[in-house]
Amino acid sequence: MRRLLAARPAKPALFLLCLAPALWLAAGAWRGALGVNPIERITLETGQWTLRLLAATLAVTPLRRLAGWPELIRFRRMLGLFSFFYACLHALTYVWLDQFFDWSEIARDIVKRPFITAGALSFAAMTPLAATSTRGWIARLGGRRWQRLHRLVYVAAAAGVLHFWWKVKSDIREPALYALVFAVLLLARLFIRRTAAHPHTAAPV
Amino acid sequence: MSEGRKLPGFCIADMPRRQNYSLPYSLVTPKSVYLSRRKLLGSLLALPGAAAAAQKLENIRKTGYGRGETLTPYEAVTTYNNFYEFGASKDDPARNARNFRTRPWTVRVEGEALKPRTFDIDEILKLAPLEERIYRFRCVEGWSMVIPWIGFPLAELLKQVEPKSSAQFVAFETFFDPKQMPLSAWSGIPFPYVEGLRMDEAMHPLTILSLGLYGEVLPNQNGAPLRLVVPWKYGFKSIKSIVRIRLVKNQPPTTWNLANPREYGFYSNVNPDVDHPRWSQKKERRIGEFFKRDTLLFNGYGNEVASLYAGMDLRKNH
Repeated sequence: MRRLLAARPAKPALFLLCLAPALWLAAGAWRGALGVNPIERITLETGQWTLRLLAATLAVTPLRRLAGWPELIRFRRMLGLFSFFYACLHALTYVWLDQFFDWSEIARDIVKRPFITAGALSFAAMTPLAATSTRGWIARLGGRRWQRLHRLVYVAAAAGVLHFWWKVKSDIREPALYALVFAVLLLARLFIRRTAAHPHTAAPV
Repeated sequence: MSEGRKLPGFCIADMPRRQNYSLPYSLVTPKSVYLSRRKLLGSLLALPGAAAAAQKLENIRKTGYGRGETLTPYEAVTTYNNFYEFGASKDDPARNARNFRTRPWTVRVEGEALKPRTFDIDEILKLAPLEERIYRFRCVEGWSMVIPWIGFPLAELLKQVEPKSSAQFVAFETFFDPKQMPLSAWSGIPFPYVEGLRMDEAMHPLTILSLGLYGEVLPNQNGAPLRLVVPWKYGFKSIKSIVRIRLVKNQPPTTWNLANPREYGFYSNVNPDVDHPRWSQKKERRIGEFFKRDTLLFNGYGNEVASLYAGMDLRKNH
């Protein structure tokens, strides 16, 4: 497994894998195969892939430690940027295909409707993370400050799940599943931190 | 009036008007066109099992309702449904209601009536002449369709039981059987589904009991074997698969109002000026169209129904 993760083609392969849902949607839109309400479908799926890839990004650190696959770190930035890519498509769908660039209506939506406020907040939290994802920015900010800034990812995840939860009319199973995944990932991190801080309490001697 | 909005291809304002739905019949998408469209779409979608021919309804009287509207394709009307008993996703009902048993079927009509009784569905089918009513259908979620319903005024059925003057409201109930509707457990709303109308709304000539659409009996996912259609209210008021109708003195409980009273009122008249708390109701996406349309007060049926609400605060009584 570790050799596979370290292999040269692993990164381009993951790139294509992450791009596949977008290509699938584009092909579906082209062929008119996105069902009766294609814009609703595009909105839903781009939102779902944002959350899924955000979860994948947040799974990197726990998996590195708990599964012992340090090579995973190679993919974290790409996963995070792809999550942001789908968030951009999602926001663009809303701004363009749903509101047709009616900025005053969009502003009213963000202020008045909690689920849109949460979505906008999640997007706003992701934006600086994407912007500062390069090596240059890590150097410019310094590792510690960069890391602190990138804790915004938790805000993005929490607000993103809330956005989905508040949007749903009555069947909350799907947003609840995302909430559960993020909660598990967060607990895994707390667990790692505790075992790292007190190695003797956790490691059997 | 907003009906004068310029649309690609034609402009409603140019049409001679008696009432706001009276437009030259030539503007309705011809049957041969929609049928060939259906054939084409049908061959593209061809679901296994969906091929079973639906039963045709005979002797349908055409009416002037909906002239000038382009019909929403049959496939869209029958695959994009909210029928939470069969699952909360739009494509669930078409899949899961396939084996729903709609025969034998009876409807109990009771309450504040001189002659309460039970009707068999086949008796209801012959109770009054069947009419085709092409109505706009606006969902509270912000999408809309144009559907050629087959049915007759609900008043025809209610008259049969001779309502007493004490009958102020009508309460409706949907069939519920968890065995036939296993996904209902996940829907997040209570069952059986119940709805209600004020007596004058129920007796209004626009309010129909629908037994079919596109010339055929209702597909299961659309509320077979009979449902209510109240075209000036959000779609969830048009209760499906009815088994019980009660004439009552007081305003009856309604399912979405029970589930979330802040978001779904008893009246739920289509109104672009009263937002749903979570989204605007100013516009709607007509299924099949790219741009959104302006939503019309009372879904464009204001000439016929606005008087029912004279002097009422429509924001408070949303």
